[in-house]
Amino acid sequence: MLDAKIPSGTLDSKWTDFKGHCKLVNPANKRKLEVIVVGTGLAGASAAASLGELGYKVKAFCFQDSPRRAHSIAAQGGINAAKNYQNDGDSIFRLFYDTIKGGDYRAREANVHRLAEVSGNIIDQCVAQGVPFAREYGGLLSNRSFGGTQVQRTFYAAGQTGQQLLIGAYQALERQVALGNVKMYARHEMLEVVKIDGKASGIIARDLVSGKLERHFGHAVLLCTGGYGNVFYLSTNAMGSNVTAAWKAHRNGAAFANPCFTQIHPTCIPVSGDHQSKLTLMSESLRNDGRIWVPKQQNETRKAVDIPEEERDYYLERRYPAFGNLVPRDVASRAAKERCDAGYGVGSSKQAVYLDYADAIERYGKIEVSKEGRTDVSKEEIIALGKQVVKTKYGNLFDMYEKITGENPYEVPMRIYPAVHYTMGGLWVDYELQTTVPGLYALGEANFSDHGANRLGASALMQGLADGYFVIPYTLGNNLADAIYNKAVETTHPAFEEAEKNVSERIQNLMNIKGKQSVESFHKRLGKIIWDKCGMARNKEGLEQAIREVQALKKEFWSDVRIPGEINEMNPELDKANRVADFIELGELMCIDALSRNESCGGHFREEYQTPDGEALRDDTNYMYVAAWEFKADHQWELHKEALNYEVIKPTQRNYK
Amino acid sequence: MEHYNMNLTVKVWRQKNSSDKGKFESYPVKNISSEMSFLEMIDVLNEQLIVEGKEPIAFDHDCREGICGMCSMYINGKPHGPWAANTTCQLHMRAFKDGDTVVVEPWRASAFPVVKDLMVDRSAFDRIIQAGGYISVNTGNAVDGNSLPINKDHADSAFAAAMCIGCGACVAACKNSSAMLFLSAKVSHLALLPQGDPERKSRVLNMVAQMDKEGFGACTNTGACEATCPKEISISNIARLNQEYLRASLTAEK
Repeated sequence: MLDAKIPSGTLDSKWTDFKGHCKLVNPANKRKLEVIVVGTGLAGASAAASLGELGYKVKAFCFQDSPRRAHSIAAQGGINAAKNYQNDGDSIFRLFYDTIKGGDYRAREANVHRLAEVSGNIIDQCVAQGVPFAREYGGLLSNRSFGGTQVQRTFYAAGQTGQQLLIGAYQALERQVALGNVKMYARHEMLEVVKIDGKASGIIARDLVSGKLERHFGHAVLLCTGGYGNVFYLSTNAMGSNVTAAWKAHRNGAAFANPCFTQIHPTCIPVSGDHQSKLTLMSESLRNDGRIWVPKQQNETRKAVDIPEEERDYYLERRYPAFGNLVPRDVASRAAKERCDAGYGVGSSKQAVYLDYADAIERYGKIEVSKEGRTDVSKEEIIALGKQVVKTKYGNLFDMYEKITGENPYEVPMRIYPAVHYTMGGLWVDYELQTTVPGLYALGEANFSDHGANRLGASALMQGLADGYFVIPYTLGNNLADAIYNKAVETTHPAFEEAEKNVSERIQNLMNIKGKQSVESFHKRLGKIIWDKCGMARNKEGLEQAIREVQALKKEFWSDVRIPGEINEMNPELDKANRVADFIELGELMCIDALSRNESCGGHFREEYQTPDGEALRDDTNYMYVAAWEFKADHQWELHKEALNYEVIKPTQRNYK
Repeated sequence: MEHYNMNLTVKVWRQKNSSDKGKFESYPVKNISSEMSFLEMIDVLNEQLIVEGKEPIAFDHDCREGICGMCSMYINGKPHGPWAANTTCQLHMRAFKDGDTVVVEPWRASAFPVVKDLMVDRSAFDRIIQAGGYISVNTGNAVDGNSLPINKDHADSAFAAAMCIGCGACVAACKNSSAMLFLSAKVSHLALLPQGDPERKSRVLNMVAQMDKEGFGACTNTGACEATCPKEISISNIARLNQEYLRASLTAEK
């Protein structure tokens, strides 16, 4: 079932060879080929724009009121690229190597190498679009460090890199809309993939304003619908982020790969109470300058400022001297959990650690003083100058922290705790980004392909744009070259009839339940099960229990959910019910996947499998594969394994000490 | 920071769809924590309405971290509520005290028709961008990113303008419902960069024409937009827009 279609040849020649030999579609024929793009984040907007530029007839869909609001917009810290502008030893190979190692040797070499190869083109493209990246005084692009690397390869626009990149892609998309190459459907949600003779041939979408179902034909369907972190209810994802499009594809034949590989980000603002609807990330870039610590004494009650230096435990610097505060996310998250579980947590909940800027403020203040060539400057003045520097670098993040917590992070250390942030798992795709359903593609976070069991910071933006700008324009043509003989199918075709009927029946069934509990309450309960038992640490007993609990929750949902309002109107509760129903099914599969993977790797930490000093213990002999699950029937999946063959890199235990 | 709980009355605009007339309804909410965000307070109210068998309040929201620009409501007459440089989702309940009545309305502007309750249609903004808010560069055309050094001050000013989140608060705050701050932010962002130079004249002319077509009002320099903008986009961008427009009008070749 799984043919990854990795080109032959040496690793660094595969993509060049592929591009040199893939089939092409001539411009006149491109105009006859229709492509559906679902989702308008970095992957979707860049794909829709690029395909429109090439001349394909594109239809793009998003559930937000404008494509500019997709959740890529919230990415803060930056985007990696192997430019080696800093002359610090970076190269395509090193970015490739860091990504594979960061992913704990569970990603495909060929895909990751291609990602590293096109990374530089992405920066060039974005600069040409007018993305205002941070610059140095000489007018050239600035870089900073991110976790899991020892070079400075991250390009950024203050703490709003995702916003600036998305606006760039959005503007390119709107240009194609103006030219008539792309037709945009905002406030639309995809609810089914339509297959004809086993091939993806369109979608059923719901107009969220009128509630009406629509049929759309496409010679190919691209799912660029992001990740499924909201299965945990509380995550850094946007409220609307969902798995529905990917899940419909999965139920319709697309294998789902490594669902248990989820990323818990170490630096988020801690939960403050039961009312919490989402969690807010504090960018990883803060670990460039901030130092993470907890008190050396358990159940410490003193304020942070009253705890003297020698009574503080900078546990990341202590455990990982080589990478210090810049260890990868999975490692940093587990280390925070370990300290809190052991009773060293801070804040009223004791589920938090400090991220402290006092040292950085003083250090920057001293640099400013020396720039001015002054001596005999008071400590207060140094601190004031340092605060100014920190403000220019991280001001928006500090402001956000203050708004949410009511505390001033320039004066007191921030309290942070890990939170769900990203999902490495997703629809299984081959080298050409095609799922196991012909004609159906998955791009960006929606696919599984590049980050293995843990994603490095600033690599999600890189992957989304790589897939959309530089991969799909080639690989889609390779497949559509044969479709030029196929005319567009009328949407009166029986396959469309039936797909629409199924969607309509499901919505009707949901509305007919007329139970007592709100959609939100089910979502919260699902989130708690998955977070407690399939979160930062997992074990066999807990996972087995979680599977039973999720199955029971599904039953309860389908017999007692209450959805007010009508079908044929704007009905956000119905939209949410559709999504939560899919999250419940996905939750079960995540636990099944986590249970079947009897090893620890990256973000997947099985308590039974750890080294004596608490690090993840991989089992390369038995688990060096991609777990691709085929949907058979409700609660039934079949596991297919794609072996990972490392031709260039020799997997070892990850070491950040 | 002291935490406290409060009881409030929320007076909110209810409108079934774009053709409905709409009216205010008042709802009591109890035990709201000062640590909640404003939208979490509405979540609590909606949960209560669902349990009572009523329809929850429809409102736009997504990222809930102040960057997607989706949330859009007047809170006690001010777009995004009482805090400066803030979005609705980042407003926290410590801005209110026990016993307060909070009035919540959708954006009021003829170019932003109400879709339902607090949701409005802001697609006019997308159409303004379609009229020229981009640099015409196809994927694959770019030269090396460092081949074109850009003066840091210009790059920083371009970034400050590009921070606009397209929420529409500037229009909502303006007595004329003018979209000049939104438009000027985009024109400035692209005019300040050398990459934006080739299309500089046609861009400003076309975007202004589209803005007028959408039914936004004229700018009378009251500065309400700048004072309300969650991203503190400067009104000096409007001055730059006027300059760009004049220059283009006088020198454009067609």
